[in-house]
Amino acid sequence: MPLFLDAEQEMLADTVRPFIAETAPVAHLRALRDADDPAGFSRKVWRAFAGMGFTGVLVDEAHGGLGLGQVEAGIVLEEIGRNLTPSPFLGTAVGAVEALRHADEAMQGSWLPRIVSGEVVAALALDESARHRPERVALKAERHGNGFRLSGAKQFVAFGHEADLLVVSARTSGGAADEDGVTLFALPRTQAGVTVSAERLADVSMAARVELDGVELDGSAVIGEVDGGRAVLNRVLSCVRAGAASELQGVAEGASAMTLDYLKQRKQFGRVIGSYQALQHRAAHLYSELEVARAATLKAQQSLDAGSDTADRDASVAKAMAGMASGLAVREAVQMHGGIGMTDEYDVGFFMKRQRVLAEMFGDTDYHADLLARMEGY
Amino acid sequence: MADDLEQFRRDTRAWLEANCPPEMREPVRSEKDICWGGRKWTFQSEAQRRWLEIMAERGWTVPDWPREYGGGGLSPAEAKVLRQEMASLGCRKPLESFGISMLGPALLKYGTEEQKQEHLPKIARGEIRWCQGYSEPNAGSDLASLATRAEDKGDHFLVNGQKVWTSYADQADWIFCLVRTDPAAKQGGISFLLFDMETPGVSTKPILLISGNSPFCETFFDDVVVPKDQVLGAVNDGWSVAKYLLGHEREMISGMGGRSLGPSLPELALRRAGRDEHGRLDDPVLRARIALFEVRSHAFAAMSERFLDRLKAGSVHPAQASMMKYLGTELNKDRHELLMAAGGSEALEWDSEASHGGAAARAWLRTKANSIEGGTSEIQLNIVAKRILELPEA
Repeated sequence: MPLFLDAEQEMLADTVRPFIAETAPVAHLRALRDADDPAGFSRKVWRAFAGMGFTGVLVDEAHGGLGLGQVEAGIVLEEIGRNLTPSPFLGTAVGAVEALRHADEAMQGSWLPRIVSGEVVAALALDESARHRPERVALKAERHGNGFRLSGAKQFVAFGHEADLLVVSARTSGGAADEDGVTLFALPRTQAGVTVSAERLADVSMAARVELDGVELDGSAVIGEVDGGRAVLNRVLSCVRAGAASELQGVAEGASAMTLDYLKQRKQFGRVIGSYQALQHRAAHLYSELEVARAATLKAQQSLDAGSDTADRDASVAKAMAGMASGLAVREAVQMHGGIGMTDEYDVGFFMKRQRVLAEMFGDTDYHADLLARMEGY
Repeated sequence: MADDLEQFRRDTRAWLEANCPPEMREPVRSEKDICWGGRKWTFQSEAQRRWLEIMAERGWTVPDWPREYGGGGLSPAEAKVLRQEMASLGCRKPLESFGISMLGPALLKYGTEEQKQEHLPKIARGEIRWCQGYSEPNAGSDLASLATRAEDKGDHFLVNGQKVWTSYADQADWIFCLVRTDPAAKQGGISFLLFDMETPGVSTKPILLISGNSPFCETFFDDVVVPKDQVLGAVNDGWSVAKYLLGHEREMISGMGGRSLGPSLPELALRRAGRDEHGRLDDPVLRARIALFEVRSHAFAAMSERFLDRLKAGSVHPAQASMMKYLGTELNKDRHELLMAAGGSEALEWDSEASHGGAAARAWLRTKANSIEGGTSEIQLNIVAKRILELPEA
């Protein structure tokens, strides 16, 4: 398969790009921020995404979705990134849907059609510490009657306070660092014993701490196999990592497009500043880095769609590379804009803040470089 | 279609397994393991000779060239499969040559039928080794200011001047060379000549480099007679040919960002530093640097794949060749800095047998030229800035 979008994927991109630019541009983020909106995203925009089929991009056709792959989800995420659209898309349409693929038909039937219709929002509750360490799972799920009783805490749950469904990794046997003994649960947020407290992050989005205090779930809430959740968890993580890389790509492309425009307009010493070689070389270097990140991300998504045995590695490479390239993009954007780039009135700062959050989410560059080294045996 | 390709993959793999000599599946350890061919070539082993012969017979030294010129006539997709299968079996390239990577594509595009039939099959079979005469003492990054003259003498050109950084000129059989045919025009006064290095008046002098090796030469032309039918493209249109060819040279050099000679970086580091109690490389800062490098290396491999795929599909911006050259060469320099760090004091040995004659140190020094030859990194960034980003001239 060639490493570029095919004709149908290009068509999808041509549909998604203007739609998101019109429905939820950066001004939409600013309006939510100025209103101190408690949800942190707009349900109206979410339903509009559903109306276009985006929320069901990965859902199979039997449950009303488009039945497409990670590449197509990435196309949507890139535009979400470019417009800084506050959206639970990554956690819901990629993370939860990917997890639910491994659930039984009853659970799929109860959640997937409502994700497709835009009625529900979901979130991944995986992190237990400030640094992303999903391989350590301490939140306990003890057997209780026919089901389980869950106790523990999760954090950095994007839009967890608004989510109807939480996908939770829990320890059903063994110690916190063991490979086996992890089980994934589908937990309705309104279940008794669930306490969710949300905090606003630097980028205006909301992330929740989720505390579970003896939450009772029956066996039907298990996604996949009891004690055998690690493989599903890894697959879900690889998909959301590649998805986050796409969103970062969009953030970076948006910031660098603004910057290039500025370099071509802003005059100092009687010349547009983009004619100075000192800035040209930095802009060309940044362009090169972004092209590499784009290739790495598409590679990961194609690998995930093809079920390639390098998919997890490719996803880590993508997230790590996207983190580096997009970080450079937003730093250069603010620097090259000069003083105006430091003002709240100007949009470029929003790109820097969103990049920081997405770079951290599901593991930053350092995490993935370390993971890559472990996967490659050193 | 996909089934045909899978069948081709199976057939190719089976053929390679049956025909590639085991010695030619050993990792390349030093420059000598790379077969360059040509009249002056001495094969390092019988296996190296056989591998070149049987691959050339199938046209697989140049898999995507047309069959009538000694190529394999493979589609881009089939050529990619062949590359992948050779890589996965660890097969060495049967032939490395500037004829394949640089001149061949220009001959295919600009050559007359006679020129193609004369030169392409000999390139494909490794019979003639080519060198490139571009840079001059006063024309480096500003190549179009070159001064080597080719005077029109009716039925021939008379060439006088000097080239520099001519890679392997002392071992090459023929040269493709940029010369000035019109002193009044800059880019528009340059022609692209092909001639035999044994023509009277051609002499070469190797340049000793910081690596202690002499891969480059000074090349002198003193009243060299070149027949008129040895111009590639039109007279005074050599700049177009050169630019086209430079794109291919940049692709080749950018390919250096991929895997290189010898053990991989993590393997080498593990050999020197060992593992800690968790099985990790027992040198945490070096491990982190290597891991971050490997992220870039894998990402660049994806970039190379994407670039080649889009090149074949005709959808790549031509100036992306400059980006690839910039990225690949800078990455390769980084790789060799890390290889030196990982090798520690043993990587510093210059002559010893254990170090294969200072292979690590010499290769490290050699890579410093990567971002100079074929257009410096700074020139590549200029090209990207102007042609892709459309930033204005100063």
